[in-house]
Amino acid sequence: MNGFFDIPSDLQNSYPGLIGLHLRESLLPVLVGLLAALPIAQLCVRFRWLYPPVLGVTTVLYAIPSLALFVVLIDYTGQSEITVMIPLAVYSLVVLVPAIVDGVRSVPQETLAAATAMGFGPVRRYVQVQLPIAVPAILAGLRVACVSSISLASVGALIGNQGALGNLLADAMFYHRPVLAVNSVVTTAALAIVVDAVLVLVRVLLTPWMPRSTRRTPKAAPAAALEDAVR
Amino acid sequence: MNVLSFVNAFFSDAAHWHGYDGIPHRLLEHVQYTLAALAVAAAVGLPVGLITGHTGRGGNALAFIATAARALPSFGLLVLMFVIIGLGLLPVMIPLVVLAVPPILVTTYEAMRSVDPSPVDAARGMGMAESRILFQVELPVALPLILSGLRSAAIQIVSTATIAAYVSLGGLGRYIVDGLYQRNYEKVVGGATLVAVLALVTLTLFWAVNRIAVSPGVRRSA
Repeated sequence: MNGFFDIPSDLQNSYPGLIGLHLRESLLPVLVGLLAALPIAQLCVRFRWLYPPVLGVTTVLYAIPSLALFVVLIDYTGQSEITVMIPLAVYSLVVLVPAIVDGVRSVPQETLAAATAMGFGPVRRYVQVQLPIAVPAILAGLRVACVSSISLASVGALIGNQGALGNLLADAMFYHRPVLAVNSVVTTAALAIVVDAVLVLVRVLLTPWMPRSTRRTPKAAPAAALEDAVR
Repeated sequence: MNVLSFVNAFFSDAAHWHGYDGIPHRLLEHVQYTLAALAVAAAVGLPVGLITGHTGRGGNALAFIATAARALPSFGLLVLMFVIIGLGLLPVMIPLVVLAVPPILVTTYEAMRSVDPSPVDAARGMGMAESRILFQVELPVALPLILSGLRSAAIQIVSTATIAAYVSLGGLGRYIVDGLYQRNYEKVVGGATLVAVLALVTLTLFWAVNRIAVSPGVRRSA
């Protein structure tokens, strides 16, 4: 592991700097995707006919390879970080919309009726009843989105060294230092696992009513449907 | 508009249609990588998923392996394998297979678990052997979900096989990577379009297989 943390100076970043860059480049798009997915999913829940076409469009978007999207965007945004972040945001959106729709739809009709009977308005009912019950499904989607985003950001190295930790890979080839490639892979994987674990923790904290011992949510179907939506 | 004109220029250039660097040859290479990786991944993922799903054991271990495999960046793995093993098909196949196994494994397991237990019990009560229960009762019901797992794996492979060009192999990624280095934008966009189209064709293909292979009775209930 000689020179494991010696980052070539052409990357203009230290090891922690690269990690920070990578996290920003991969997680910011997920956040944007989530902010966009919430209203879209809400529309799909409200107007049922909207869901099949939305699902179709997102599936097609997801089928387009990331490298292809990066490359097409160069024309508009140049070889910059934004070029990498836009496709990542699109992919997050694609994963999150079905997750949120399934989550919100899984709220039992009686629960909604009870909330209405207690005098909850539509907004309050959505925020205080539907959203919390949908949290496990949404977080399952977020986990997939975050992990794939962290992994995909490395590909940005191909378009003008915009891949944060992925840039180490190019340097591993240029300087013939395999240890840099090991560093990149191990760090990226560790980052993904840590973020995943944090999201699991968030779910446990946000849903205190769920039994800790059963790892699976009572309704495992949304999770399966989610895997289906993933590319 | 700009992109469209590039696409048009790329596909109307006759030089792109024949020879070693021609579209048919590159397309064939890409399809070959995809099929090989998918075959290996299915050979690993399907049996394990079917058996763990049938017995219901090892679900947690499976979820753990899938998460760990998904956390590995395929591009990073590709370059790492290339640096360690050197040129060849193997360093490309490893990341593609690692990429494709988790969706196949997890969806197959989930599909088998979500099969209604009453027909399975009925089959067992009729004295069917376990292997016949697996293949004649559970598999047909689980097939739509299993196919969706294979589909997501296939599409991931199609889109990721582009990076094989980065370690000097062929495939459609060749156009993208070469075009980037040569600053030949037409080539880059043309390659990207081809990959996207191939991904969509894959999507359609799986839809067709789904129509043909899935029993109408199962489809109606789904």
